[in-house]
Amino acid sequence: MSEKILSVASEDLAIEARGVTKTFGRGDSAVAALKGVDLNLRFGELTMIVGPSGCGKTTFLSVLCGTLKFDGGSVRLFGEDLRKMRPAAVTAFRGKNVGFIFQQFNLVPTWTALENASVPLLLAGVGRRSAEVAAQRLLEEVGIGEKSKAYPSQLSGGQQQRVAIARALVHEPRLVICDEPTASLDAASGYHVLELLQSIACRPDRCVIVVTHDSRIFSFADRIAEMEDGVVKGVSERGQFHAQYV
Amino acid sequence: MLRLALKLLYGDRAKYAMLVGGLTFCALLMTQQISVFFGLMRWTTATLRNIPAAVWVADVKVEQVNEVVAMREIEVDRVKSLPSVAWAVPLYWGIINARLPDGSFQSVQLTGLDTATLVGRPGKMLAGRIEDLRLPNAVIVDQVGVKKFLAKGIQLKIGSVFEINDKEARVVGLCESAQSFLGQPYVFTTYDRALEYVPFQRKRLSFILVEPKPGVSAQAVVDEVRAIPGLTAYVSDDFIRRTMDWYIKNTGIPFSFGSVVFLGIVVGIAIAGQTFYLFIHENLRFMAALKAMGAKTRTLASMVFLQALVVGLVGYGLGVGAAALFGFGVLKAGQPPFYLPWEVLVFTGVVILFICGLSATVGLLKIIRTEPATVFK
Repeated sequence: MSEKILSVASEDLAIEARGVTKTFGRGDSAVAALKGVDLNLRFGELTMIVGPSGCGKTTFLSVLCGTLKFDGGSVRLFGEDLRKMRPAAVTAFRGKNVGFIFQQFNLVPTWTALENASVPLLLAGVGRRSAEVAAQRLLEEVGIGEKSKAYPSQLSGGQQQRVAIARALVHEPRLVICDEPTASLDAASGYHVLELLQSIACRPDRCVIVVTHDSRIFSFADRIAEMEDGVVKGVSERGQFHAQYV
Repeated sequence: MLRLALKLLYGDRAKYAMLVGGLTFCALLMTQQISVFFGLMRWTTATLRNIPAAVWVADVKVEQVNEVVAMREIEVDRVKSLPSVAWAVPLYWGIINARLPDGSFQSVQLTGLDTATLVGRPGKMLAGRIEDLRLPNAVIVDQVGVKKFLAKGIQLKIGSVFEINDKEARVVGLCESAQSFLGQPYVFTTYDRALEYVPFQRKRLSFILVEPKPGVSAQAVVDEVRAIPGLTAYVSDDFIRRTMDWYIKNTGIPFSFGSVVFLGIVVGIAIAGQTFYLFIHENLRFMAALKAMGAKTRTLASMVFLQALVVGLVGYGLGVGAAALFGFGVLKAGQPPFYLPWEVLVFTGVVILFICGLSATVGLLKIIRTEPATVFK
């Protein structure tokens, strides 16, 4: 009976992490970054992973999106067991299903906003013209369509992060990973970026994860997973955490 | 992605310029030095190219054309008597001082052609007629002689007179000939008159020029001549190779040029390799981001190798172009020697591609070793 319930529940889950462990280094210098993390993430939700520096947020995020191998436990991403996938398959899976928004934007300075935004499609083998049409549409959606020919150095921090959002969404990924998306922005820009993210990234068929310790944006979360010392200390649903965090 | 890879490359102008500059310098150094070396090697065989003959007969001890061991004149008749020989003529070749009208001296390569046939005559006359060599005291001087004499204030022309071993030499013609390794001008005269100019020796015949009978190979003549005690023979092309080999084995020229070429390669690897590595290192964050976004190793490799190929081709083009300009200039001036065959271009291209490939491989290994998760740091 419990197995059936779990099975039904699993269908709604975008990500299932069970007892995930990760240790960096060996011997005396070994550092256990993740000490058995359990977390379920659902489609259609914006989940924030919060916690103090060094608690393992970014390591967990890297594991969830398949950019870092983990030592123990299991991670199922859209029903696929990451541990059982070959590295090349993980890369291909990530390219198709994951969009990234980084703290430092990571826009290539010598590429225009349009070129930066079209990269995931180009990597997927889409032709240049089609990729740029899709990227232009996304840039317009994030409100900087007129800046498509501008280089990152010609854009403000907020505008650069909008380009990064367009890049993260251009290939219609099922998972959007945001690593401290507001850390390099002022309060107003950070707020606008999260507003934008919530309005265009959150869809019923998509899962959005935001790693942050910027408490000003907690109000955008559907759920908040609090990490401490390599484990998820607790998960708060919207309504529960309002009093606690916001 | 390849177009964006090039934009990434061109965008970092300083490194792009340094990469291209390093490879240009490397290509220039290699092409220029090898071409000068080949030019020098060609100079060593100038006599063989100035005096066309199918087979050269010499004393058995002769190893290369610029080294003469005189033979007895009777050897000409012995060679003529061989069944495979159509004809054989004597050739005198030696270095002797010419005394100019102002009293100064100029070393010349006195070349005595068979008086009757003038076999071995210069290929191109700039002034006068070759037949005039049969006039009394007649000589024909090449363009190197014109320059050398002019440097001493003497405008050499038909009718000019100078002395060789106290005997008058009257210029009846000017010709064009390949410049020699020794640098002295060629002075052509008849064999008999050449013997009058040079001090008396018991043996004075330098070489015998031989033509095989129709249908007989030059090698057959060589084999027959070598059966005669004290004589050897070479097919002209073989003599050219042997002469070059002699200079390669017995002089420091190959080492000297080889070490410069080697340094060029080392400098190319050092500059291009380091700069490319630095370029990759500085863009590692973006490469890691591309990896995180699903870039396959093959895609990243093609981006990196395209970047390396482009800087390599641009550097190669500029370097080889600069070397060709250098060659164009020096060929007009007459020296230093310069000979740029297609093989040098291929060699330089292969070395440049090797340097670029090596640099790209090292850079790519760094990218491959980089975890995509580093993009979150």
